[in-house]
Amino acid sequence: MKVAFIGATRGMGRALARRMAERGDALFLLGRSPDELATSARDLEARGAPRPVETAPLDLSRSESFAPGLEAAARALGGWDTLVVTAGEFGPQAELASDPGRLERLLHVNVTGTVVLCQMAAERLAARGGGTICAFGSVAGDRPRRSNYLYGASKAGLSAFLEGLGYAYGERGVHVVCVRPGFVKTGMTAGLPVPPFAGEPDAVARTVLRALDAGRPVVYAPPVWRAIMLVIRALPRAVMRRLQF
Amino acid sequence: MARLSALDEAPVGAGLQPVAGWGRHPVRPARVIRPERLVLPPGAPGIVPRGLGRAYGDAAVPSSPRDLVLETVRADRVLAFDPASGLLSCEAGLPLAEILRVLVPKGWFPPVSPGTKFVTVGGCVACDVHGKNHHRDGSFGQFVERIKLVVADGREVECGPSTERELFLATVGGMGLTGLIAEVTLRLRPVESPWMVLETEDVRGLEEMMEGLRRAAPDWPYTVGWIDCLARGKSLGRGILMRGCHATRAETGARRPGPRRGWRMPVDAPEWLLSPWLMRLFNAGYYLGQKRRAGRRLVPYESFFYPLDAVEDWNRMYGRRGFLQYQCIVPRAAGVRPLLRLLERLADSGAASFLAVIKDCGPEFPAYLSFPLEGTTLALDLAYRGARTEALVHELNALVVTAGGRVYLAKDAVTRAEDFARMVPRLERWRAVRDHWDAGHRFRSAQSARLLGDRP
Repeated sequence: MKVAFIGATRGMGRALARRMAERGDALFLLGRSPDELATSARDLEARGAPRPVETAPLDLSRSESFAPGLEAAARALGGWDTLVVTAGEFGPQAELASDPGRLERLLHVNVTGTVVLCQMAAERLAARGGGTICAFGSVAGDRPRRSNYLYGASKAGLSAFLEGLGYAYGERGVHVVCVRPGFVKTGMTAGLPVPPFAGEPDAVARTVLRALDAGRPVVYAPPVWRAIMLVIRALPRAVMRRLQF
Repeated sequence: MARLSALDEAPVGAGLQPVAGWGRHPVRPARVIRPERLVLPPGAPGIVPRGLGRAYGDAAVPSSPRDLVLETVRADRVLAFDPASGLLSCEAGLPLAEILRVLVPKGWFPPVSPGTKFVTVGGCVACDVHGKNHHRDGSFGQFVERIKLVVADGREVECGPSTERELFLATVGGMGLTGLIAEVTLRLRPVESPWMVLETEDVRGLEEMMEGLRRAAPDWPYTVGWIDCLARGKSLGRGILMRGCHATRAETGARRPGPRRGWRMPVDAPEWLLSPWLMRLFNAGYYLGQKRRAGRRLVPYESFFYPLDAVEDWNRMYGRRGFLQYQCIVPRAAGVRPLLRLLERLADSGAASFLAVIKDCGPEFPAYLSFPLEGTTLALDLAYRGARTEALVHELNALVVTAGGRVYLAKDAVTRAEDFARMVPRLERWRAVRDHWDAGHRFRSAQSARLLGDRP
């Protein structure tokens, strides 16, 4: 694969990019901090990614950075066939609820920015005959809960978009993969109480890579969350209203 | 028992979680953070740097619930690797397991490896770990070219064998007390295959074991002995001597070891499982089993270096109260007497379980708190049974002090400050360097409070 990757410097993105590097996938890293990108690029080279792993700036909150970023990736990789977006905003519910600026930024990055970027990417991939788009939703987007419906709403919006994108571009050879992680122990979730079935980034990365290769449209990671969310989605509102989590 | 119950009394909650070493004693509550970038968190009073938590005792355990445990495991990137020279720069949280997984297929191996691969490079520096090749290659610090340290005032300082040498000598083996180790540059060792040539031989007593280690030293890069320390009388010190070297490509061809079968210890073992007669039976069985297999064979590097890593959570074998690992070293000049007395005392107490590890070490590294010195080291597990186990450790320490030896801080949980001061003649020089960089002792641990008098 030739992968344009947004979010490879941290958390699940770091783990997934490493798995890709180890099997020799060509990588191009996009993100906000040039230093962090360069550091991760060296790490991925040491792990087997074809050298050099190049980087370019891209900020999910600034859509004007998307086209130059994707074009830089195309130049460096000689055309890319896969876009992976693991980057996104997160905030504890209480902070998002009381800070409208923070909430707006989260919605802007997780929905507006990611949707616009993936839509642009789908057009480019369709024009060159197909490819794969993989973006990260969340189990929080499957069913809103009182304790994280703001973050959940952003991921629900993204998930809806990705499902439609898959339908719209499938015939033109573009596979769309929506990853829905449950609780994963990363820097993003640091400090939160760790619930049962919490996953590790590396295990998630392996699950995601298998799904990418198989072209599965929705992947839960760790996989047990598929069953959990099946139950939670089926709960009546009266029950959800009483749940305290 | 008194210390263990501290957890019940402490205000766990408000983000506090129980923190313990690999021996699961003592357990103390604290806040734990795992940042991806190794910078000092603003406002934290005391900081306890911690890697993968494989130090057995209280080296990476907080002394106060107000202190912050800073785990480095998410700062785990390779910063540069030169496939021609084997020079590796990495963030301090990179585990040896990752170096092995990624670089053994490319022909590179850690220069020194402790008994588990689940340790971070930063932890290897902080403990100046040693391995089965100490008699030939020395400790981990010998292979370190550069350390980037975040010191108490938040500045980043580079040190190495020829830059800020004093800080380097205080940081290697310094148990993370001179600053937060953020990056390390070290030299790896070239290997031709993932296999080891292993020769084993049964030996019938301690003197024969020490003689066997001495004889093997010039020809074998890796040597170690396993001792049945429950055997008494004439059999005292009987065990298995192991000699190893990296196999060449000519010896192994291109074949690779299959995936390793893993086990997991799902629960804390009940304490009757550790009763002396069962332990004696186990040790005798192990000894006889190994004796039958004595000879020369090829084994994967994992079973040679990391036999216990095959059992996840093996520390639960010692039950809910945990265990102490006791490791001391006695100078060669003191002869075999002190070790015989140690083994006799252990056999009498019936406290030791499973097997003890014995290893001859080469010259000591100039780092001030580095553990190994020219002599023989012995390591064994003691199920923690409260005051009587601690009393036994103090007794063993008295023997070690008299012999001019010392204990290993990466294992220790109960040694007294006055005994430690007698074991480490270079302690005052180390203190001077530490005080220069961290006068307020911002970097501290339950161990530094116990052995060095750090105040929370």
